[in-house]
Amino acid sequence: MAAAVPAARWVRAAAALLLGCCGAALASGIQDQAEQFFRSGHTNNWAVLVCTSRFWFNYRHVANTLSVYRSVKRLGIPDSHIVLMLADDMACNPRNPKPATVFSHKNMELNVYGDDVEVDYRSYEVTVENFLRVLTGRIPPSTPRSKRLLSDDRSNILIYMTGHGGNGFLKFQDSEEITNVELADAFEQMWQKRRYNELLFIIDTCQGASMYERFYSPNIMALASSQVGEDSLSHQPDLGIGVHLMDRYTFYVLEFLEEIHPASQTNMNDLFQVCPKSLCVSTPGHRTDLFQRDPQNVLITDFFGSVRKVEITTETISLDRDLAGFESK
Amino acid sequence: QFQLAVPVAVVFAPGSVPGDLPRPLPFRDVQEMEISVNLRPSITSRYETVYRRTTAQEEAALDVATAREADAALHPLQDASLGSMTMYVVPETSSLLPQGISVYVGKHRSALVRAGGGLAALRTRLQQLTQVMSFTASSISAALSDRVPNGQLGPDARRHLKSSLGYEITFSLLNPDPKSHAVDWDIEDAVNRYVQPILDKLSLVANFSVDSQILYYAVLGVTPRFDKESSSFLLSAHSLPHVINPVEARLGSSAASLYPVLNFLLYVPERSHSPLYIQDKDGAPVSTNAFHSPRWGGIMVYNIEAPASPQVSLPLHVDVDMVRVMEVFLAQLRLLFGLSREELPPEFLLESPGNEGLADWELDRLLWAHTVENIATVSTTLTSLAQLLDKIGNIVIKDDVASEVYQAVASAQSAMAELATGHLHLAFQASKEAVTSSERAFFDPSLLHLLYFPDDQKFAIYIPLFLPMAVPILLSLAKIVREARQRKKEPTKMD
Repeated sequence: MAAAVPAARWVRAAAALLLGCCGAALASGIQDQAEQFFRSGHTNNWAVLVCTSRFWFNYRHVANTLSVYRSVKRLGIPDSHIVLMLADDMACNPRNPKPATVFSHKNMELNVYGDDVEVDYRSYEVTVENFLRVLTGRIPPSTPRSKRLLSDDRSNILIYMTGHGGNGFLKFQDSEEITNVELADAFEQMWQKRRYNELLFIIDTCQGASMYERFYSPNIMALASSQVGEDSLSHQPDLGIGVHLMDRYTFYVLEFLEEIHPASQTNMNDLFQVCPKSLCVSTPGHRTDLFQRDPQNVLITDFFGSVRKVEITTETISLDRDLAGFESK
Repeated sequence: QFQLAVPVAVVFAPGSVPGDLPRPLPFRDVQEMEISVNLRPSITSRYETVYRRTTAQEEAALDVATAREADAALHPLQDASLGSMTMYVVPETSSLLPQGISVYVGKHRSALVRAGGGLAALRTRLQQLTQVMSFTASSISAALSDRVPNGQLGPDARRHLKSSLGYEITFSLLNPDPKSHAVDWDIEDAVNRYVQPILDKLSLVANFSVDSQILYYAVLGVTPRFDKESSSFLLSAHSLPHVINPVEARLGSSAASLYPVLNFLLYVPERSHSPLYIQDKDGAPVSTNAFHSPRWGGIMVYNIEAPASPQVSLPLHVDVDMVRVMEVFLAQLRLLFGLSREELPPEFLLESPGNEGLADWELDRLLWAHTVENIATVSTTLTSLAQLLDKIGNIVIKDDVASEVYQAVASAQSAMAELATGHLHLAFQASKEAVTSSERAFFDPSLLHLLYFPDDQKFAIYIPLFLPMAVPILLSLAKIVREARQRKKEPTKMD
């Protein structure tokens, strides 16, 4: 046994060395690829996630938004850079048989509510006016920092909206609507003030493609779950909870995102292929004509994650240790 | 017409006057050059140069052993206004400048140049100096990156901090292994001694607030690799971007202020991962053991010496060497602001700013870029506000919004006028006021376009209500008119 153990250790060491070499080669290959993709020019990421429906039977819209929230946090965007707007509280709803949870898979496999959800706009605060105020920045001075979108000209913003919609509008809270013209104008106001570098707009509603028809500002890429005239359908009901848990499009997007990790090189073309008509019943659409880069070169993590560009610090300044500091002021 | 004027003085020490001067000293000269940024209002730089001889005091100041002492002695004698430059020409044989060095740039706003080669060579040196000490075409176009059409500048053109009215600096100490290391850092003293001087100098540019925190059990997002040859742990360059994210969620941003935050993190690796070194792209360990991210901040890894004897009681008490740490953090702070000392011709020697952290001419560089950026921001903001008003004709502009707009326009005009006459300080103050006013006007909560309904929407709402009601009213009105007309006709018929 004494002879076998050192032999095993030697084999293990050789294997580790080999893997290390391969790892190094692979690492440099990946790094070259990363340099190639280093063209987006953004330095920070923001996400605005909006669920516009209230009432218990619209559970799936809250679950949609929370799944995207979960993916975005997992890939690195901190809560301080996420504006989460949920129009109703499903987790603590009196009709929820499992309080403090929001599930996205039937049989209660995945609780997307988690224990560190930070909802910025809740319940009746989710209105068209507040949403437009967040986007354009015309917020009353008393608003706290967590409720603001403090993006700058080097921010990539992900905007995800879900709820009930129609041809050219999205319903908020069952009492008001936002039209595609207003949304396009809001994005133009953002562009005028350079509040974004690139914007990814995803919408999961019926006739969702109508919402991005009117965009005219540069650097916007849009995805929708269905074309004009089609309805987006929900995925699966859960008999224990009694409602439909997720919408189809977001369900498959979530499945796709679960395989993305912060270092992955998957690009937008793969996201466009998510949820073909056979699975989704509706035809997802996308719009890239306003976007300057080729979707092939756009990484998923450019919008969903927060991979920062870093530089090695090579300079130092020299400080005189013995110089007397300032007397306490 | 955007003009940036720089007052320059060229002072000749005895024995350094070139033979081919166009006019006898002293004389003035003005050079105007267009900075090519491909924008509609062209930007020209205007160097108003005064050529003169040294005064007796300046000669005495130049009569010292080293360039540094000369610089210190000349400082009280020169024109110290922001944006100006003085170039002292010393004889070729002078011993002030070391061998091989033709230009010495001091801590304040002056430079020492070795004479030789006639007026043309001197003019070239002067041009090189102005590129270093005031602004270059690339620094101005980077400041205007918002207005330069996309694609002309590379994607990394605008990675310096944007001009803002204030910045928040947060120093964080990350200790993932408090059981093994009890780390103490005297951050308050270090901030007072080393950080405060540079912030005082930068107080002209913006308001700074500093805070600090210690985070326990905060780990990096990446597991470092163990390297057998150096028996240390290594973080490769391409894994660095993923280090920041897990930590960032725990850093906490200030709830109070809306200013951009700069985070400086000091990471003390766990005992099981010590020592930890950062590798650059070629695999060599980085001497500073630190990296930074544009517009975010910097991280430095501080390794603790392993104790000599293996049986030592944990936790080890560690006193952080704040000087080493602050040297790196302040260098990163300068880089984040865009003050790098990298690209220089070889015969230039730059004086290190020492504990002040920032040379006066570096402050000038920052102010030139920020003033230009502020003025560009003001004009874009007001133009877009005007476009918004054009589109929504019935938007209501409150009186205070209107007064902010007028003030922004007036301040921007005064800033441009001051820039054209070379008063950088006044220009910068005016540009800051202009930006404050224009931002307040643009982001006023009352300007939400949602609150103003276009006329066609008003018709669309009221017509379905009033049209059905109006039909019987109009019909009965018509009937009344017809009956009245018939009554008027009948009496004539009866006759």
